[in-house]
Amino acid sequence: MIQSFSLWKTIIVIVSLILGTLYGLPNGFPDDPAVQITSNRSTDLLSELDVIRAEDALKEAGIAAIARDFEGSQAVIRFDSVETQIKAKSVIQAALGSDIIVALNLAPTTPEWLQFIGASPMKLGLDLRGGVHFLMEVDLEAAVTQRLDAYASEIKQMLRQERIRFRSVEVRPGGAIEIRFLNAETRAQGVERIRTAYSGAFAYREADRDSAAFVSLLLAEGQQANIEDYAVSQNLTTLRNRVNELGVSEPLVQRQGRNRIVVELPGVQDTATAKRVLGATANLEFRLEALPDTPVRETQQFKFRANDRVAQLERDIITTGNSVSDARSSFDENGMPQVNINLDASGGRRMADVTKTSVGRRMAVIFIESRTRNEIDGQTGEIAQIRYKEQGIISLATIQAVLGNQFRITGLDNARESSELALLLRAGALAAPIYFVEERTIGPSLGAENIERGLNSVIIGFVLVMCFMIAFYKGLGVIANFALALNLLLLVAFMSLVQAVLTLPGIAGIVLTVGMAVDANVLIFSRIREERMRGLADPQAIRVGFERAFVTILDSNITTLLVAIILAGIGSGPVKGFAITLAIGICTSLFTTTLVTRLTVESLFSHRHLPTWAL
Amino acid sequence: MRMKTPSINFMAARKIAGWISSGAVIGSAALLALIGLSFGLDFTGGSLVELEFATEPVLETVRETLVIAGFPDAVVQAFGAPTDVLIRLAQDDAPKAGDDVFAALQAAGFEVELLRSEFVGSAVGEELREQGGLGLLLALGIVMLYVAFRFQFKFSVGAVVALIHDVLIVLGIFALFGLDFDLTVLAAVLAVIGYSLNDSIVVSDRIRENFRIMRTNDPLKVMNDSINQTLSRTLATSMTTLLVLLALLSLGGELIHNFALALTIGVAVGTYSSIYVVTGVLLMMNISRDDLLVLEKEEEIHDRP
Repeated sequence: MIQSFSLWKTIIVIVSLILGTLYGLPNGFPDDPAVQITSNRSTDLLSELDVIRAEDALKEAGIAAIARDFEGSQAVIRFDSVETQIKAKSVIQAALGSDIIVALNLAPTTPEWLQFIGASPMKLGLDLRGGVHFLMEVDLEAAVTQRLDAYASEIKQMLRQERIRFRSVEVRPGGAIEIRFLNAETRAQGVERIRTAYSGAFAYREADRDSAAFVSLLLAEGQQANIEDYAVSQNLTTLRNRVNELGVSEPLVQRQGRNRIVVELPGVQDTATAKRVLGATANLEFRLEALPDTPVRETQQFKFRANDRVAQLERDIITTGNSVSDARSSFDENGMPQVNINLDASGGRRMADVTKTSVGRRMAVIFIESRTRNEIDGQTGEIAQIRYKEQGIISLATIQAVLGNQFRITGLDNARESSELALLLRAGALAAPIYFVEERTIGPSLGAENIERGLNSVIIGFVLVMCFMIAFYKGLGVIANFALALNLLLLVAFMSLVQAVLTLPGIAGIVLTVGMAVDANVLIFSRIREERMRGLADPQAIRVGFERAFVTILDSNITTLLVAIILAGIGSGPVKGFAITLAIGICTSLFTTTLVTRLTVESLFSHRHLPTWAL
Repeated sequence: MRMKTPSINFMAARKIAGWISSGAVIGSAALLALIGLSFGLDFTGGSLVELEFATEPVLETVRETLVIAGFPDAVVQAFGAPTDVLIRLAQDDAPKAGDDVFAALQAAGFEVELLRSEFVGSAVGEELREQGGLGLLLALGIVMLYVAFRFQFKFSVGAVVALIHDVLIVLGIFALFGLDFDLTVLAAVLAVIGYSLNDSIVVSDRIRENFRIMRTNDPLKVMNDSINQTLSRTLATSMTTLLVLLALLSLGGELIHNFALALTIGVAVGTYSSIYVVTGVLLMMNISRDDLLVLEKEEEIHDRP
């Protein structure tokens, strides 16, 4: 039945063999451990000079690089081992200073002609190359409260400026701002003013009690969702900035679901620092010290960080770390750590406005950090995560003159704290506190071990199956093995082409595919045997065998595919990696058995009897 | 190589097989209810650290060091190689606990390298557990629909009973030996569903075909012949799959050990269930030629793909 296997099927098989080889090939070239150098300055790119300085420093330290690529925005210097790579990183970082980001990297060694056709090796998951995976949750409730606080503060200032008299502006639990006016008339004025300033932001509910006129501002429909959305996307940006400051190549920072963010940092070894910097909710607040005659409800008591002294500060915030445009750590005249701060335009204006009228008063810089602690409920035994804010004054100093957008803060414990604070202020504060809800760290040596184990399992599994097939089905077994090898090649090539991430469970999926992929061949060969026993001549037995077996193959593969798709859909992390390779493996094995095995068997035996060596 | 279709009278042992299956399923269900699965970190939440010591450590010393460092609940156990140690921490420890343990051991003078450190918040664990259960049910439901659509209602009941049988026994064995049930094992259990179904479908397919072509209305004979005809395929596929699973089990390392183990048990049980459970259910539901007559028209289309 050679005509049933027309030319185009042969062409498809040959083309897939060639494409499979081409796109699978890059995986045969192991990555070089490398150091990637990029500029941290937004204005100017990395210069040739920086690279030369890095190379000189390496030469001086006696570290040999095997190659370097330099193109426009970044340079990659390759080394022969992971140990030299790690040594080189610290040498280069020391030579180039903090304006340059130096990151560990795995540089592909794909030959240029393969790169030209878009071929590249598979991406390795964190469990294979080492690194950290974080899952963080954004505290949306806090985001909304923070926004309400900011609104309340702004409204207060606005009403004062407009000389609309009010008693108080307070944020109530449950998400409303309550303003107490003297009478209905001023209330009408106030509401009118707020309505124009914040069109559509609030719903207004008025009430009269205790001989005063109240109005409650409730967030309008959709506003809450907007604030939450803003908080998450703002946090994403901040985390991306921080990851860049950390110097990680190919990081992943991605939103997951409504309020979660995934961060993956391949190759990161110092996980403690990474965690501290990413999760740090450190922020600054600038407030005036309360005057003795300030009403009590306008003040708030704060502790000092260094000791147990307290100070009464105004509730109103002048500005926060969010309006910091640049921050650098340095040392003051006495060798104490300090942070030089530049405020952005609006922050600088507010600072100038407030300090203009307050020269001679004292201003406090407050350091704020969100933390969690776990508490066990005495009765139910359930564990609850309690989130709390740790805040303390780091400095309280007299305002000598009107402050502009440049000033410095002191009172920090040590140089590490000042440089981390500067980094955090530079990268931007988190719009809402975040909490780590999941963390997985894989050390580099375990990663390498996992690759080796995975590879060994694939190879041994493959060899065992091949031996079995030849023992059980002789010549046809050889053909099935050829199909199996092609299947493996196509699977790898496809995964490389779509840049699917290979994980250890993914490798397990490949191993399982190897075992199960031969099933289709087994079904066909068993069927051919049976048809022969029923008395059909060999060519007919082959044809009928393929046709009868095909329905069964389709049915059984579709059900497995359905399960794999469900797995990929609901699963996360390891489950997903497994499901994806399993699903791709099913597709490639359907292709190889129904096309490749059939083409080979029929073109060999369509006109003659199966020799005894064949089955 | 035997060139004749075997003619083993499988159905003669169907009563015994029925008792064994029922016993195993009830036993597994009882184990699950009484002992329960020992859920891993993924589902309970908590922290663990895997460390490699330069020299084989005395676990008791490590434990004492940790107690002094403020981790009285830390569970210290050898993991794979004798120099590898796995330390589990209670779930109320903070995300930093892993780093602290590592630091405490280093400070105590142990020469250690961090291999792996994991922290899963209790809320995330709960979600993963819900997602897992949902996935299991979803997989069973969709599979049942597919088989009902492609075959016939009685076959879909047979396939699903076989699936539940296989999954329960795998879970029962995990409960009995207190093996860690984590995300990878869940993936394995779902893969067992896929595999077991694969087997059931091949057998069902043949039963359906034989009901149509055989000139007999004796279901026992149809079942026996069908199983015998597919036996060589069933065994060959189980063999190749078990071969690769054994490779994974012995070479894949600790991280996927339980995954490979769950699959190995599942494949072995699945092979048995495709022979006895599917046919048992079909016989119990009095399957006969008449059940399949409606499908004859569809059948003819299938024969010419």
